[in-house]
Amino acid sequence: MDSATKKELQILACKVRLGIIDGVHSAKAGHPGGSLSCTEILTYLYFKHMNIDPKNPKMANRDRFVLSKGHAAPALYAVLAHRGFFDVEKLTTLRQIGSILQGHPDMKNIPGVDMSTGSLGQGISAAVGMALSSKHFGENYNVYTVLGDGEIEEGQVWEAAMFAGNKGLSNLTAFVDYNNLQIDGTIGEVNSAEPIDKKFEAFNWATIVIDGNDFDQIEDALNKAATIDKPVAIIAKTVKGKGVSYMENAVNWHGAAPNDELYEQAMNELNETLKSLQ
Amino acid sequence: MSEVKKVATRVGYGAALLELGKKRDDFIVMDADLAAATQTGMFKKEFPERFYDCGIAEQNMMGIAAGIAATGKKVIVSSFAMFAAGRAFEQIRNSIAYPHLKVIIGATHAGISVGEDGASHQCCEDIALMRSIPGMTIINPADETEAKKAVFAAIEADGPVYMRFGRLAVPVIFDEDYKFEIGKGVELKEGNDVTIIATGLMVNEALEAYELLKAEGINARIINMATIKPLDNDIVLKAAKETGAIVTAEEHSVIGGLGSAVSELLSENYPVPVVKLGVNDTFGHSGPAPKLLDEFGLRAVNIVEKAKKAISMK
Repeated sequence: MDSATKKELQILACKVRLGIIDGVHSAKAGHPGGSLSCTEILTYLYFKHMNIDPKNPKMANRDRFVLSKGHAAPALYAVLAHRGFFDVEKLTTLRQIGSILQGHPDMKNIPGVDMSTGSLGQGISAAVGMALSSKHFGENYNVYTVLGDGEIEEGQVWEAAMFAGNKGLSNLTAFVDYNNLQIDGTIGEVNSAEPIDKKFEAFNWATIVIDGNDFDQIEDALNKAATIDKPVAIIAKTVKGKGVSYMENAVNWHGAAPNDELYEQAMNELNETLKSLQ
Repeated sequence: MSEVKKVATRVGYGAALLELGKKRDDFIVMDADLAAATQTGMFKKEFPERFYDCGIAEQNMMGIAAGIAATGKKVIVSSFAMFAAGRAFEQIRNSIAYPHLKVIIGATHAGISVGEDGASHQCCEDIALMRSIPGMTIINPADETEAKKAVFAAIEADGPVYMRFGRLAVPVIFDEDYKFEIGKGVELKEGNDVTIIATGLMVNEALEAYELLKAEGINARIINMATIKPLDNDIVLKAAKETGAIVTAEEHSVIGGLGSAVSELLSENYPVPVVKLGVNDTFGHSGPAPKLLDEFGLRAVNIVEKAKKAISMK
């Protein structure tokens, strides 16, 4: 990736993070930690990788994306808004009555959302169904999904992994947002699914382990995944709360909104980062 | 009298899928390792490339079906009622029904007439579970003919459809001229003393009850309510107004099924006595299906008793 492209993506990611904090602060609720950790993954997919058209969000042969960790909706909404699916101003209506921006992704009403999610473990099955549909009906689009590292404690994830491996769904790529934190503590303290890569490999997937906050590594992994004749799991090591100093690696920011003072601090920090990039 | 032809509704379901498969190739059929039992095996044998076995993983199967439907394609998934409506309830609720995706769920082996497998497999709660989900259509065909026609109607319907089929061979009541429409009850016998609203295999019992009641001078109206949701409110309200007493009959718990749907409608709009016949908030057990239907009071004679009770409450 050339340095101009990388800078462009870093600026976008910073704007997405501003959108996440703005949305969660306005809603006085939501999940900032796990939204900030997967920001680079979503930004890269929507701005550089997937075949999509914001002017035609239902384009028949578009690539599909399923946010299996649906609570990271603030990140998805911010990416979709900045990509042009709807107005950026809408982000501050998150979780409010009358807003299209539901607490968790709602495919019926939000342009660009390909699947309603929120109940953990279910999104990956839908992604598998989309990948199967693509192959069965010869439409040849790709399907991407992002799972949480806590989410993969759900048994349904492994039912889906088994099926995708068995059917050889090479058009499916699943990221695991491996930020090492879930609501009740570190994933090791709660109920670790580690080793994550070995588990996917045991279900006949290929795996790639990367730093999930690094655009170069995300790009390399996706390019490599496209050449592999198996479903691919990209185990993306990330920092929960990335980009906001007091949220980084802090378990208490999984599902809490900042008060006005902390909101100002977060916005200042992100704006400083943005300024340094521009 | 010639021998009555008996066929399980699941066989009608399987035959309908096969017939559909010959006419169109725009849908996928899935099962969870029960194709031989649910009868999707007929389709699988003829169209193996259009059939996907999810293995014993019903929750994943519902999610995959949702994903296929989200790409704008049609899909029919099958398992036993217990594992479709029961085990995968939340996947049906969140992945299929919340986005109102067009997935047809063919749930077989419903009710206690599963027989020998016993209580773990005798699902008498599925209608209650599915009724509670917004936008869900529920169809419980009475015989082979209706089962087939319901499948043909369901593939054209909007949103999710839960279809309920039985394991036990039951009399074929309807001929090919029978008209099936989703959301419409059908008056099978005229009468003004009491109305018996039946669904599934209880429709045939209701027709037998009609004759028994007639012999005692009671004229019962018989309604086949194949679609439990959306309920045909008009036919129920008309029956309440014209006959003043209702009996519901279903091979399902008395909690949450057809009886509840009818009671809820009438209590708010035109209160008349409603006497419910069904499985009385209890688990089943192993045994031959016909004996279980006797034991659990799901027979014409039991409908007759309930009809008399309903009339006495007018």
